Amino acid sequence: MIKLVLYRVLWSVPLLWVVSLLTFVLISLVPGNAAQAILGGNASAAQMSALRGQLGLGQPLWTQYGHWLGRAIRGDLGTSLVTGQSVGSILGSRLTVSLTLIIGGTLVASAVGVLFGIWAATRGGALGRLVEVGAVVGLAVPNFWLGLVLIELFAVSVRIFPATGFVSFGQSPADWALSLVLPVVAIAAVGMTIIAVQTRDSMLEVLRRDFVRVLEANGIPRRSIVYRHVLRNAAIPVVTVIGITFVGLLGASVLVESVFALPGLGAELTTASAQHDIPVIQGAVLYFTLIVIVVNLLVDITYGLLNPRARVS
Amino acid sequence: MTSPQLRSAELGVADESVTSPDQAGSAASRREPVWRRFLRRPLGVAGAAWLALVVIGAALAPVIAPYDPQAQDLTSPLSGPTMSHPLGTDQLGRDVLSQLLSGARPTLVGVAAALAGWLAVGVTLGVASGYAGGLTDTVLSRVADLLLSLPVLVILLVIFSVFPNSLIAPMAILGVIASAGLIRVVRSVVLTVRRELYIRAARVAGLSHARIVLRHVLPRITSTVIVQAALFAGVALITESGLAFLGFGVVLPDPSWGGLIAEASQALSRSAWLLLPSGGMLGLTVVAFVLLGNAIRDISTESWSAPQLASRRAAPVTAAGATGTEPAAPPAADVLLAVEHLCVAFRDRQGSRLVVDDLSLVIRRGETLAVLGESGCGKTVTALALISLLPPGGRRTAGRVLLDGQDLTLLSPREMAAVRGRRIGYIAQHPMISLDPTFTVGAQIAEAVRCHQGSGRASARKRAVELLDSVNITEPADTFRRYPHQLSGGMLQRCVTALALAGDPELLIADEPTTALDVTTQAEILAMLARLQRERGMSLLLVSHDWGVVASMADRVLVMYAGQLAEEAAAADLFTGAAHPYSRGLLASNPQLAVPGERLPAIPGSVPARSWPAGCRFAPRCPEAEDECLAGPIAIRAAAPGHFARCVHVTVPEGVRP
Repeated sequence: MIKLVLYRVLWSVPLLWVVSLLTFVLISLVPGNAAQAILGGNASAAQMSALRGQLGLGQPLWTQYGHWLGRAIRGDLGTSLVTGQSVGSILGSRLTVSLTLIIGGTLVASAVGVLFGIWAATRGGALGRLVEVGAVVGLAVPNFWLGLVLIELFAVSVRIFPATGFVSFGQSPADWALSLVLPVVAIAAVGMTIIAVQTRDSMLEVLRRDFVRVLEANGIPRRSIVYRHVLRNAAIPVVTVIGITFVGLLGASVLVESVFALPGLGAELTTASAQHDIPVIQGAVLYFTLIVIVVNLLVDITYGLLNPRARVS
Repeated sequence: MTSPQLRSAELGVADESVTSPDQAGSAASRREPVWRRFLRRPLGVAGAAWLALVVIGAALAPVIAPYDPQAQDLTSPLSGPTMSHPLGTDQLGRDVLSQLLSGARPTLVGVAAALAGWLAVGVTLGVASGYAGGLTDTVLSRVADLLLSLPVLVILLVIFSVFPNSLIAPMAILGVIASAGLIRVVRSVVLTVRRELYIRAARVAGLSHARIVLRHVLPRITSTVIVQAALFAGVALITESGLAFLGFGVVLPDPSWGGLIAEASQALSRSAWLLLPSGGMLGLTVVAFVLLGNAIRDISTESWSAPQLASRRAAPVTAAGATGTEPAAPPAADVLLAVEHLCVAFRDRQGSRLVVDDLSLVIRRGETLAVLGESGCGKTVTALALISLLPPGGRRTAGRVLLDGQDLTLLSPREMAAVRGRRIGYIAQHPMISLDPTFTVGAQIAEAVRCHQGSGRASARKRAVELLDSVNITEPADTFRRYPHQLSGGMLQRCVTALALAGDPELLIADEPTTALDVTTQAEILAMLARLQRERGMSLLLVSHDWGVVASMADRVLVMYAGQLAEEAAAADLFTGAAHPYSRGLLASNPQLAVPGERLPAIPGSVPARSWPAGCRFAPRCPEAEDECLAGPIAIRAAAPGHFARCVHVTVPEGVRP
């Protein structure tokens, strides 16, 4: 188990490096640069080259990347080419917003999805079919569209929630919660259906195993079999799916933040992409990748806790 | 929109169900052409029809669109559906239907680009990984891991700043990144194919690798890949629309489905209608892809899938047996369990099938009754029917099960649950899968102790260790902490026995308890069972197909054939004077009685799988069969006091009534 965690942590170093290199090379291919973005289309050639020199854009690509990498290893992600603020401070507050949305979405999707999955597996019948239909519909409803429908229904037609915007927790916890309800529901819907289907399928699979019959035949109550033994065995693939859901919500957050005008990482990344603000893009991509790595690590650890066979190997 | 990784969770789910069945599916495909089986699936057909409609609409958009998609009519903005604009107009008065039709073009092109990248990389690397194995496999699996760790949408946003206004390259790259899931699925299918004999034979025969892959491997993965492709197309469609919604790929005022949703969002405060045509179009098309994929998956798994699982709760609990005409005879004091006229039927697609037919048996206190027969004779089903734990689809249709005179078939599920473990214990055939792999064996035994005795954790633990000690485990405290996968088959069977004894049952059902074990362990387990039975005065119902086991353990033997009693006798009588040809055949084919240098005799043929013959069920395999045997059902006759057989050749002794 410790070996596995160590392996994952070590593996994350080359992964982060490859992602940063890839991003850097890709952005450098873009015709145009940050100097243009800052000065606008009317700047003279002299102004341009002066600013380019100032920003260090005149140096060869590898030198630029080397500088960036050298600082990044020491934890300094540089400053925005456009605003001059440090990348860490720009992204820090936005990271909180995005993570709140994504973690909230994952929690809601997992709780509701697992509950429906258990119901569908143990009761079958109409609810089982509902989960099946929900799975198809869930795949087909884009979350940005769902977000718009939710705004129309619960913020425009019936004014329960604010349509857009974000209130920080420090300002007003109640408004903070209200401003998050619709985005979290919009982002959780798809993952919820996928988790429900996975829970139902793996519970049905485990219910068919021999040990269920042996335990029941020897007097372990059905309740304990379903909720202790079957659920724990069935949870192993479900945890993997929840991890994948979380990673998927990272991407979904970009869209949902745009729909609800939330000041998250996704919005910043979209702006930075348009302005060729390389340090900010690099920083955002690294943050996203780091989150993915941490989530995968957590999934592996949970997996090991649930599955004793994974612990020793 | 959700990034492809989230959606690929769904693909991952599909993984298990599509990998193995294609061989079995091919049997069905010979019977009926694939397209005809597809036509019998209305949902799949509807999906395909909708997709065809969308593609045709997109291709003919300039011809069939009622308006120029860019033509503005500022006199009727946001009109909602009208006669002249069936799907309404947007805020500039443009016709929504025309915009949807021409917007379908870039949308579908983007999906095609993503599919192309996904297929090219996924199939190539998946086949390479699975077929080559070794270092290639390791490296490619790492690559797949890396792809799975990338935040897809974030990378796409960066890529869109590299290829502004272009759609094909970013979507193709999306396909490449998302192909990690396909690589894994294809790899696992190819791995199974590669291990098969005909592939090995082809290699030995000197066929080139390219030829083997093209001729033998690729056809096997086709159906899997098509199913996954349909689902991925839906994912790509949603991803593409999400990007267009953010303003990437297709730039306004060029219409695209995602762009139309973005425009609808700007008019949201004035009209919500605009959300419906664009979102509906997108949703329906994704549903069409999913339904098409599901239909193809079902076709390829059709003849393979098991009969529909009924939920246990739904299984009807029938009251007393239908044959309740005869009054219950007062049980003899020493009879623990009496089964009367038990019938068990299984329902599957081809209808209902009787698996146990009018079986009666008696087990006395402290006695061992062995139920003997080949596989498929109904031994295990009989054992499970006693404790009302028939597999899904199985149902007791008649008969009574009397434990100490109490009819177990009349008990409510809750009352029956109280009988299990406390009065009847159960050991199964495969110790390796008889315990929950996620709990220690000790935790499971202690749980049983707590359920039966209502004791606290500490005393339950102490009792569990004692139980482990009583089944001859040398270091019970250490074994208590072990997980099932850390123990050998013999050790596990001891642990299962300890679990079954936790409630101090009066009857232990042991269903082939030693079949999965090696010979030395078999003897140890049998000796242990015999000792426990003696010490506890327990009755034992031993299901077996092994004469050796029966000879060393049983007081009386019940031979079953094709769901019926064939012969019943004291063990010693059966060995010296078996009355039924089937029993004699089983005895003769026992390897332990084999004469060196002589061919071991075997009963020709096998137990009929589906329908029993009308007359004697054994007649088709019986060396002594006569016309009389085929005429009709054979009654049970007494060969001697306490010795019964279902055979016309048995002569009934004077003064004995069957």
